[in-house]
Amino acid sequence: MTAQEIVAILKERFGPRIKAEKLDAIDPYVVIEPADLVEVCRFLRDDPRLQFDMLNCISGVDYCEPDPAKAAKAGFEPHLEVVYHLSSFVKRHRFVVKLILPRWKDNKPGQLPEVPSVASIWRAADWHERETYDLVGVWFTGHPDLRRILLADDWEGHPLRKDYVFPLEYHGIRGR
Amino acid sequence: MGWLEGRFEEGVITTTLEQAINWARESSMWPMTFGLACCAIEMMATGASRYDIDRFGAGAFRATPRQADLMIVAGTVNYKMASRVRRLYNQMPEPKFVIAMGACTCGGGPYYKYGYNVVKGVDLIVPVDVYVAGCPPRPEALLEGLMRIQDKVRAMKYLTKGQPLENLIPARSGYVKLPPELETPEKANEFAKRNKERAAPAKA
Ligand code: SF4
Repeated sequence: MTAQEIVAILKERFGPRIKAEKLDAIDPYVVIEPADLVEVCRFLRDDPRLQFDMLNCISGVDYCEPDPAKAAKAGFEPHLEVVYHLSSFVKRHRFVVKLILPRWKDNKPGQLPEVPSVASIWRAADWHERETYDLVGVWFTGHPDLRRILLADDWEGHPLRKDYVFPLEYHGIRGR
Repeated sequence: MGWLEGRFEEGVITTTLEQAINWARESSMWPMTFGLACCAIEMMATGASRYDIDRFGAGAFRATPRQADLMIVAGTVNYKMASRVRRLYNQMPEPKFVIAMGACTCGGGPYYKYGYNVVKGVDLIVPVDVYVAGCPPRPEALLEGLMRIQDKVRAMKYLTKGQPLENLIPARSGYVKLPPELETPEKANEFAKRNKERAAPAKA
């Protein structure tokens, strides 16, 4: 099934809750609200025409230019994106769902933005969400076991954020 | 052994107890099975038939630190692993030796600048006897490192001189505070800019 048809099905079902779409990208995608995520994902998996039975990956992307001199030319407002790559073994098609989040919840630094977890829909989401939480700093509500997966449990900060400051010292071992 | 040598019938060798112990020790350097990243592949190649580390008596890779004399730290050590590396080192019986294999363990290697979770040199965690450079080092280089360890063992004088007083705390370890002008990234940037300006040739 082509991306146009998938988007048409989604629009017929969800109407204006599909915030944006881009069909001429290499991976065509739609943008939705975090609050609609679980519903849309369940529909994508269970609808007999779509049958997205596989979640390839979840990525967190930090759009941020830490250098104030370049920020004006960066061409985007600072924000986070969470990208879900889906594919279907049965129908042999692929699709991408994106969420756009603020970098911090309520613009308070330190408050992680929240996204509902899809681990109940695809089990693969479990570790992907832990990794996204670990490295990019997105809080997945309703996740069964949201701990850091790669870094140590007592690590501070989320290293793939563009404004991350490297630790000078970790448990008495100097860092630079 | 000086005047005693060759005084007896053929096939009898005389030596000192110390030399005999050292000879036995250097010819059975059992390393610990301990691979952390890509360098471990090269360490395995060194252990396999082509390079055959067993020729030097170091082929018995032990699965527990309590039976090992030599720790070959092969690969990137990250902060999460650091405490484990130190614990394994502490579990090894004396005398123990450490080879830092590869650029990563010598000083951070390719992850020096942007590796937020990589220890910049395993000598911040355990004392290192021999550094083997390379990314990854060739098996020959690792064998060379092993031979240097053996040299070190050969020179040990446990019985006559006792164990040398060693500073077992890694010399470079500890929290190092950056000078105040480099503390924050902004200050460091500014410092670099000032430096650049100062270095620019004055206009005539
Ligand atoms: S020194 Fe090179 S080969 Fe060895 S662990 Fe580091 S990156 Fe890998």
